[in-house]
Amino acid sequence: MTVSVADWFSEAANWAFLIIALPTLFAGWRTVSANNIVRAVLYLVVALAGTAALFFMLGAPFVGWTVVLVYIGAVIILFLIGIMITRAPLGVETELSHPAKVRIPVGLLSVVLFGVIAYATVDSFSNTMLEPFEPTATADLSNLLYSRWVIPFEVVSLVLLAALIGGITLARRDDPEDRR
Amino acid sequence: MTITQFVLVATALFSLGLYGVITRRNAVLVLASVELMLAAVNLNMVSFDTYLQDQLHAGQMMSLFIIALAAAEVGIGIAIILMIYRNLHTADVDELNRMKG
Repeated sequence: MTVSVADWFSEAANWAFLIIALPTLFAGWRTVSANNIVRAVLYLVVALAGTAALFFMLGAPFVGWTVVLVYIGAVIILFLIGIMITRAPLGVETELSHPAKVRIPVGLLSVVLFGVIAYATVDSFSNTMLEPFEPTATADLSNLLYSRWVIPFEVVSLVLLAALIGGITLARRDDPEDRR
Repeated sequence: MTITQFVLVATALFSLGLYGVITRRNAVLVLASVELMLAAVNLNMVSFDTYLQDQLHAGQMMSLFIIALAAAEVGIGIAIILMIYRNLHTADVDELNRMKG
């Protein structure tokens, strides 16, 4: 089933989509362009919250809440701690990005990448409507997680353990006089 | 709602993340841009999960795994940046040129 532009704008859900997506993209742009390091990380919060909201729109509330808890709750804190520990300049600074002679070609590269993928997407799916769907129940997800996806799930837990040990080993200070 | 609109937002976020990874000089901000790219990939996974009405929810499962791995990656990444800062007193990726030929 396809949809025309006028039909698209007449659907209320699409206005909600625009209200979520445009600030998300703006925040994403500010994340990579802001001259203030703390602001850049806080704009990342807005961008991730926008993707979480899009997950709710797509009927994936569990993934949305996981993004809120893991990214906004934990990963952003790690970033802020990283900024604090490396004593990054907290005021406005222009040295956070490369000069324009790097930025302009890379910007062109990004635009070309976007153009290629966007063309491929529009060419393949054009304006195919999503079939009506119900939000995925968390119980269904957990049943699948412990049946069909149990091996990847266990592997991820091992990866997290390895990351935990690796993080501690990397970050601890190894002064020779501390050795017993 | 169409599938295209969600994939286009994901593509735009991915391109922005790519731009950030290459242009940013501060290592913490490079990691933040990588997170932006991973969020874009998650959005793509969940959109196609909804589009295909997958009974196994492969897309949502994959994005949950990506979220877990991204959390591990940031933990290790921040630890490495901390290590670099401790040894070289900088978090500027341009000054890490000791292995340059």
